[in-house]
Amino acid sequence: MTTTFAPVEHRGARIAQLEDVKVRFGKGDNAFLALDKTNLTVRPGDFVAMVGPSGCGKSTILKLVAGLLRPTEGVVFVAGREVGAEQVGIGMAFQNPTMLPWLTIRQNIMLPLKIVKPYSDTFSRDKDTVFRDRADALLAKVGLTGFGDRRPWELSGGMLQRANLCRALIHSPKLLMLDEPFGALDQFTREELWAILQDLWMETKPTVFLVTHDLREAAFLASRILVMSARPGRVTEDRTVDFPRPRTLETTFEIEFTDLTNDLRRLIFAARQGVEKA
Amino acid sequence: MLSPQIKENLKSASLIVGLFVAWEIACVVFHISPIVLPRPSAVFTTLIIQMPALWPNILQTLATTMVGFILGMIIGVALGVFVGVSRTAYKTAYPLLVGFSSIPKVAVVPIFVLWFGSGTVPAVLTALTTCIFPIVVNVATGLATTEPEMEDVLKALGASRMQVLWNVSLPRAMPYFFASLKVAVTLAFVGTVLSETVASNLGIGTVMMMATSSFDVPLAFAGLFALAFLGIALYSVFAVIEQRVCGWANRKQEFAMG
Repeated sequence: MTTTFAPVEHRGARIAQLEDVKVRFGKGDNAFLALDKTNLTVRPGDFVAMVGPSGCGKSTILKLVAGLLRPTEGVVFVAGREVGAEQVGIGMAFQNPTMLPWLTIRQNIMLPLKIVKPYSDTFSRDKDTVFRDRADALLAKVGLTGFGDRRPWELSGGMLQRANLCRALIHSPKLLMLDEPFGALDQFTREELWAILQDLWMETKPTVFLVTHDLREAAFLASRILVMSARPGRVTEDRTVDFPRPRTLETTFEIEFTDLTNDLRRLIFAARQGVEKA
Repeated sequence: MLSPQIKENLKSASLIVGLFVAWEIACVVFHISPIVLPRPSAVFTTLIIQMPALWPNILQTLATTMVGFILGMIIGVALGVFVGVSRTAYKTAYPLLVGFSSIPKVAVVPIFVLWFGSGTVPAVLTALTTCIFPIVVNVATGLATTEPEMEDVLKALGASRMQVLWNVSLPRAMPYFFASLKVAVTLAFVGTVLSETVASNLGIGTVMMMATSSFDVPLAFAGLFALAFLGIALYSVFAVIEQRVCGWANRKQEFAMG
């Protein structure tokens, strides 16, 4: 009997899977291969960071998994289903926090609850009670207690990015997509937000895809780092990062940590050299 | 002490009054005949004396304008949303709209009169067609300003196109919509009066037509002034509503990224 169920278990162990996926953009002479034949399996609870030179298809992988982009060839599975018709309520945050200016911070954060089932069914009933408390609890965790009634323009860039994380996480998504979320922030704010993101992640262990240019950020946050080559994008290195958690800023000064970031830097440098020769 | 806000308002008010005073003085100093350019004081006097006769005409013009404007608003929003969300609709409707808006409305009035006879109906239609273009364009533009990142966030959550439209695109388009209403309501007046001067027996346009043909230039100017007041009044109404509904859009300029 167990063999009958084996494929199901097999699928359950892969929240996201890319099978022979290729992505081509443009038509005719302008067409180019953004992502070369890629196979990738991600287990639930993985924190995957993707690093590489610009234009290497990091965001492309993110968009494929989020269902925002269809592969030219191959198949993308999310939670055992082919990506497409039915979405699973993926949380997403970009560098641009895109808080809606006509809503308060709390209303902005509660927006996913209005859309994702089962929350959306009871939204009008729970928005002033359960959901409100949920939003306020999340705001407290990112250090924005008391800012729920403020408008986005009253907050600084760092504060908006905290709110952005709250909005991405309010519905406890199984998958979280982060596209350079801290790219526009100063070093200190960024390091502070690494710790906050790590805490939030450790609570519910969603599967995270993080696109970043910051190698220290990748090494600090990720449990797995994918290094990608320049166009056409390919995963050239797949590293497991097993520094104990919670990691702190002290971790970043340890020799293993700096060795890792130096390794990554060398790999990306090599990938860029390859492009310049070609 | 007066607040700077009041001071500024006083300054601009006195400048406007000064403009009329300069006009008055120029008429007297250069001995300009009232048949060419009446003095503003004469225009205001005519306006007050003739008010009982003017009033039904003012109401007629106002009512016609509002009906045309409201119809134009409804159709304009519907068209704007249609053009804003569908690529095909955009490509089909845009050249047609630009072409239609390029036609001088004075050329269209006789056709409306031919179809519906003279009177209120062609005036309403002229007001509608004059004011609709800025509404359609602004609503469509406003819908197109949705940040692609915001759309991605919602799509990844599994939002339908209707949900994206309702929660993000439409509120985002509101400031554009209200900005267009302020312009459209004054354009609707132009359309109404245009049609009234061609084919009607009631309304400010008709009054001005009759006044000029009998060389009662102060009365013609009184009609112009009445129109200007109505235009300013309606513009202010929509400016206030805009401030109420989308105050956030003005605050956004202070939006700091730091």
